[in-house]
Amino acid sequence: MSSAATPSTESSTDNLSLVEAVRDGLYTEMSTDERVVVLGEDVGKNGGVFRATDGLYEEFGAGRVVDTPLAESGIVGSAIGLSLSGMRPVAEMQFMGFIYPAFDQIVSHASRLRSRSKGKYSVPMVIRAPYGGGIRAPEHHSESKEAFFAHEPGLKVVCPSTPYDAKGLLIASIRDPDPVIFLEPKLIYRAFREDVPMESYEVPLADAAIRREGSDVTVYTWGAMTRPSLIAADNVAEEYGVDVEVVDLRTLSPLDVETIVDSFQKTGRAVIVHEAPKTAGLGAEVATTIQENAVLYQEAPIERVAGFDTPMPLHALEDYYLPQAVRIQDQILETADF
Amino acid sequence: MSAQKEAERSVNSDPTTITDDPIQILDEDGNVLPNAEVPDLSEGQLLSMYEDIKLARKFDQRAISLQRQGRVATYAPMTGQEGTQVATSYALDDCDWLFPTYREHAAKYVHGMSLESLLQPLRGYRDGYAIPDDVNVMPEYIPIATQLPQAMGMAWGHKKQGRTDEAVLCHFGDGATSEGDFHEGLNFAGVFDVPAVFVCNNNQWAISVPRERQTASETIAQKARAYGLEGVRVDGLDPLAMYEVTREALRKAKNPTDDERRPTLIEAVQYRYGAHTTADDPSVYREEDEAEPWRQKDPLDRLQHYLETEGILDEEREAEIDDRIETQLGDAVDAAENASADPDEIFEHVYDEMPDRLREQRDELNALREKYGDDAFSEVLE
Repeated sequence: MSSAATPSTESSTDNLSLVEAVRDGLYTEMSTDERVVVLGEDVGKNGGVFRATDGLYEEFGAGRVVDTPLAESGIVGSAIGLSLSGMRPVAEMQFMGFIYPAFDQIVSHASRLRSRSKGKYSVPMVIRAPYGGGIRAPEHHSESKEAFFAHEPGLKVVCPSTPYDAKGLLIASIRDPDPVIFLEPKLIYRAFREDVPMESYEVPLADAAIRREGSDVTVYTWGAMTRPSLIAADNVAEEYGVDVEVVDLRTLSPLDVETIVDSFQKTGRAVIVHEAPKTAGLGAEVATTIQENAVLYQEAPIERVAGFDTPMPLHALEDYYLPQAVRIQDQILETADF
Repeated sequence: MSAQKEAERSVNSDPTTITDDPIQILDEDGNVLPNAEVPDLSEGQLLSMYEDIKLARKFDQRAISLQRQGRVATYAPMTGQEGTQVATSYALDDCDWLFPTYREHAAKYVHGMSLESLLQPLRGYRDGYAIPDDVNVMPEYIPIATQLPQAMGMAWGHKKQGRTDEAVLCHFGDGATSEGDFHEGLNFAGVFDVPAVFVCNNNQWAISVPRERQTASETIAQKARAYGLEGVRVDGLDPLAMYEVTREALRKAKNPTDDERRPTLIEAVQYRYGAHTTADDPSVYREEDEAEPWRQKDPLDRLQHYLETEGILDEEREAEIDDRIETQLGDAVDAAENASADPDEIFEHVYDEMPDRLREQRDELNALREKYGDDAFSEVLE
């Protein structure tokens, strides 16, 4: 980890990986807001199993970086209580596959205390969880179940695909007055680095990002699938002259309908890429949103390249399960040719 | 059960007495303690138990080595815990059921699974979870503590169907005692008085969180009291004590006397010598010399000393055991490394009958494989 603990006056950016940017976002916000506390399993002395909280325990102490007992419902439930007391908890779920004991706390309480109380109570908290496949992890460590949470009114669901966004979206999530599920694509935790401002900044929880401009087909995606989508876009441009626009949704709930629809009005063709199972995945919501707003622009069926409707296979077969550039590319060409 | 242990257990059942020592039969050097009674096991059974503990230790070393060479993925080591795993499974009858976690490799092996099958999930193949019909072992549980209510439920089902001779033994760790499912499972077990034995492998660490930070209770065994179960603390590094206590708990689960209730919580006090998994680095959060007092009580060394003292084990037999273990491990690794998986397996067994929509997805994948070749699917995205 570079100079986050001792800010340099010479450089205004750090070259960080995505997981280091998460850590930097936590550091930055904890440095300026004493209400922010981090809690979870192995987040303290160990610095997190992916090192997302590395050094925070030493910097801020056991009172603000808390190793809890092994109990996800306890972590989220107590974080709700902490936020009700005026604090700003950031709870870590060690893997998304272990979030389910906390599901009741999230969907029955965190998401709806505001509406239940007619705005009297609110739950400004963040639940961070590494998610997604591709790292040869054991069973239950690779699932992508963002749709469970995007389906729940009252929650925001955020998923960065770059180090810059990871820090800015995390800070915005911590400052947000509503509960945020912050999903970290662990496949690209250390895949690449980019310059990240050392200062505090927010990436708004409202705007999708156009990662590549194009005019023939729009690919909508998020998280770790952004990279194979960009690879596929480059391949079809080079080999077939198909000009693809890639939209990274970044915030999965609420959706940035304007950016989604604007891009479709330009291309008239859409492919949605996610690693979660196809059926009732978030791709269905994106497709319907396009239909509702821009049907007259449509030139081809809206298609999905997604995980299959099966449990995530053990790692020997996970490369067949996850959308690879080749699958995305094949679908882009079919959609372009329709 | 010896009079001494009976006395200790009655002390255990008093929740105000919380500094009770774990039950032992062997002292730390492997000598039989005064007044302790050695379990009724033949020389052959004792030797076999010793061989399996030694096999477990060598398996652990081999699996860690394979992981470092990139030949298997993440592995959860068990060194220091083999005594409990082997002894508890020796206490089971074939008809009894085992609910293991991702660390109970040796417990599964002793209750009938092959060494090869233990390696397969580590290489990414589900074959290791396809348990043979005559082996009563569940696929390992990874989400913490989720197995307790299920083990209780299976035992409940056996009782409802008049099959209380089929007991259920459920493993979990000290970290699991913080999860809701631990409490719900034990509470149900108490309420419905089911033939189940719950074995807490208290290895002192849940990844980086020490036992003292996991619960403010002085012992884990005392938690049983709140659910109306018997709680027993045992030296989990003493295979003979673990065998005896587990055997007695299973006897009670199946055939309780009028004043006994069936379920038991056993706290097997032990230590995780190594990392939580091969993805973990314990030097970040604990001192290396912390393990030393536990290593002084090592289960393999203690049983070896006992068997040598009794004249059951000598150098010749030890050499035979070592030879057999090397052969078994070599064969298991070869078999596991020769296994392969067909992408069609992704789509199989999701339902009893494959839905049309899933069949279409399978066919689409196969068409793409045909069109682009399998190499196109092996891109490393990272």
